[in-house]
Amino acid sequence: MTNELLQKEKAKATDILPESVVRYIEDCAKKKNPNSHLISVLHKVQDHFGYLAKEHMDAVSVLMQIPAAKVTGVASFYHFFNFTPRGKHRVSLCMGTACFVKGAGKVLDKLQELLEIKIGETTADNLFSIDVARCVGACALAPVMIVDEKVYAEVKPDQVARILGEYGYEPKKAKA
Amino acid sequence: MTIEKKVTLWIDGVKVTVPEKSTILQAADSINIDVPSLCYHPDLSVIGACRVCVVEVEGQRNPVASCSFPVAEGMKVKTSSPLLRRLRRDVVELILDNHPMDCQTCVRNGTCELQKLAYDLGVRERLFQGERKRIPVDTSSPVHRNPEKCILCGRCVRVCDEVQGVHNLSVQHRGFHNVVAPAHDSKMIDSVCIHCGQCVNVCPTAAFTEQDATESVFEALSNPDLHVVVHTAPAIRATIGEGFGFRPGTPVTGKLVTALRMAGFHKVFDTNFGADLTIIEESTEFLNRIHKKERLPLITSCSPGWVNFMERFYPELIPLTSTCKSPMSMLSTLLKTYYAQQMGLDPEKIFVVAVMPCTAKKYEARREEHKAPWGKPYTDAVLTTRELIWMMKCLGVDFHNLEDGAFDSPLGVSSGAADIFGATGGVMEAALRTAYEKITGKELEELDFETVRGVEGVKETSIQINGLTINIGVANGLQNAKNLLDRVASGEKQYHIIEIMACPGGCVAGGGQPYPPRGMHVLDPELARLRARALYSIDGSKSLRKSHENPSIEALYENFLGAPNSHLCHELLHTHYEPKFPRGVK
Repeated sequence: MTNELLQKEKAKATDILPESVVRYIEDCAKKKNPNSHLISVLHKVQDHFGYLAKEHMDAVSVLMQIPAAKVTGVASFYHFFNFTPRGKHRVSLCMGTACFVKGAGKVLDKLQELLEIKIGETTADNLFSIDVARCVGACALAPVMIVDEKVYAEVKPDQVARILGEYGYEPKKAKA
Repeated sequence: MTIEKKVTLWIDGVKVTVPEKSTILQAADSINIDVPSLCYHPDLSVIGACRVCVVEVEGQRNPVASCSFPVAEGMKVKTSSPLLRRLRRDVVELILDNHPMDCQTCVRNGTCELQKLAYDLGVRERLFQGERKRIPVDTSSPVHRNPEKCILCGRCVRVCDEVQGVHNLSVQHRGFHNVVAPAHDSKMIDSVCIHCGQCVNVCPTAAFTEQDATESVFEALSNPDLHVVVHTAPAIRATIGEGFGFRPGTPVTGKLVTALRMAGFHKVFDTNFGADLTIIEESTEFLNRIHKKERLPLITSCSPGWVNFMERFYPELIPLTSTCKSPMSMLSTLLKTYYAQQMGLDPEKIFVVAVMPCTAKKYEARREEHKAPWGKPYTDAVLTTRELIWMMKCLGVDFHNLEDGAFDSPLGVSSGAADIFGATGGVMEAALRTAYEKITGKELEELDFETVRGVEGVKETSIQINGLTINIGVANGLQNAKNLLDRVASGEKQYHIIEIMACPGGCVAGGGQPYPPRGMHVLDPELARLRARALYSIDGSKSLRKSHENPSIEALYENFLGAPNSHLCHELLHTHYEPKFPRGVK
């Protein structure tokens, strides 16, 4: 009994994922506990696409031969994974204790107000998305906001619009 | 032979010696000390999630979960103390905080393990108004999933993984948002679920239940325009008594028939007739494949859970699987064709109810392939054993004191070979009785094929018929079936014929069977053995024990079907399969 049907499924899954991830999965398969590499595979998929879509996780399930329910169970457990496309610029606000005490909550309110989205969401023009970090280890600079790779220190709510402006944000004055 | 090391410990002052790999709970169980538990299930892996089974161990700072804590030499254990009673009660109270308090209207009222624990542990008042999880009920498939009643014990996840190898369920999300669901939180009907209902069986609450068909049956019974007929699967007669206090393994065929007549069914037929017919059709198919040197093994198709599993997990086996419909679908089809014709009835006015030990039968009944040309299913409603028990209680039937009744003719006449369909290996044994006589033309003297009996997960044997060696494989429980099929795929084993039953132990332990009585548990091999014994005893007591000697079957072929596997047989009694998506991971 040859299993052509499974090979077809695998070929389809291979087309969905980037080649580097497919190769990584093949490497993992040669290791001692292939399934234990699921999280690092998901990291790589998210690095590539910016998020985990249903079809990405299904493809991982087929190629690693891990039941889909287990893949989504792991992915939905960790805060790091997200299931909607991220914006071009990822705004990440530290909500660690120090940042929170120094007013990160108010900065977050301002961010959400200006971009008209909530934590984990992406603006309609796909320009920005907001994430929340649990302490980035720069407490002396609190409150800290990170846009893409750039770190902004001691951020006040009234600075948010200017910072976002560096990335193409335009205040909606015209509307009002 | 290695001698198992033993250790001695004291539980509540009682000295007990057990194998060193035992847990405290197992040790306590061996001396009949009942430690309350919830997530624990003796036939599934241990996760120690609920902490209801806590006990005190001398020298340990905190109480430990007895289901996962290993025994040790000289250990002193206390299973009851004011502290333990308070802890257990607190745990159950916290679970109840996030639970709908609707016991009176819940389908598990009286069989719910959480309800029983709350009573046993003395929860008499509610102290907190906890935050409640709000998640809609998934009623998309015959297996309903209600996350609001879920207490996250994980038994369903474990039975789906470990016993059935389906891996459809997992705990999704995190913390308070935890929910047991298929991949992507999809609906059960869009998942790899095979509707076997083992999750319903192991669930301590009503988080998993079967789709209700009782209302539609009551309605049909009160509709004067309908001719309502019922047929009952082989396994029902061995288990339905449990719902009325009979010991497991008590056959109650006669009472069952009388009860159904009292409920108002116009005719009470026997799915056994369909089983005998299946044997004729399937053995003919088998012998044809051998003679024409077509692909083998032939794999049986009676178990709808297995058929669903095959289409999603082993679509490459479609050409090998018997095209025979299941006994239920064969008989239901005949009721709306042959029987309607004989009785001069309009088939669209016949309402067919099937009583099945199975939730997957509900799915089978609504398959497109099992619909009549006029668009309605041949089987209008499928009741599980549990549902029928409830209907009888609702009707106030005094089951215990019923006189024995007999099935109606002609679709109620059956051989003992049909009765044993309800036990793993039964279909194979029935098929062998007929195949042997068809091949040799001689009478079979020893009718009991002991090698295919018993509740072991995989059984194999070879028999000689006219110099032909026939290799036989029998598997029950889909993880066992997987193991067997993988050995076939690797070329390690070659069989001529394979019987697969989705549920561990066969239909007697199906997903629609009664919740076990006190002292026994779901998946208990002893329970399956007792129930199967009832079927073998019925078979042994019949004089008609071979399907092909059933006179009503002979008459059916003569007056209606023609020869076995005839064109009409193919049209009415055979089906086809399709690969299904999403595909399961084996």
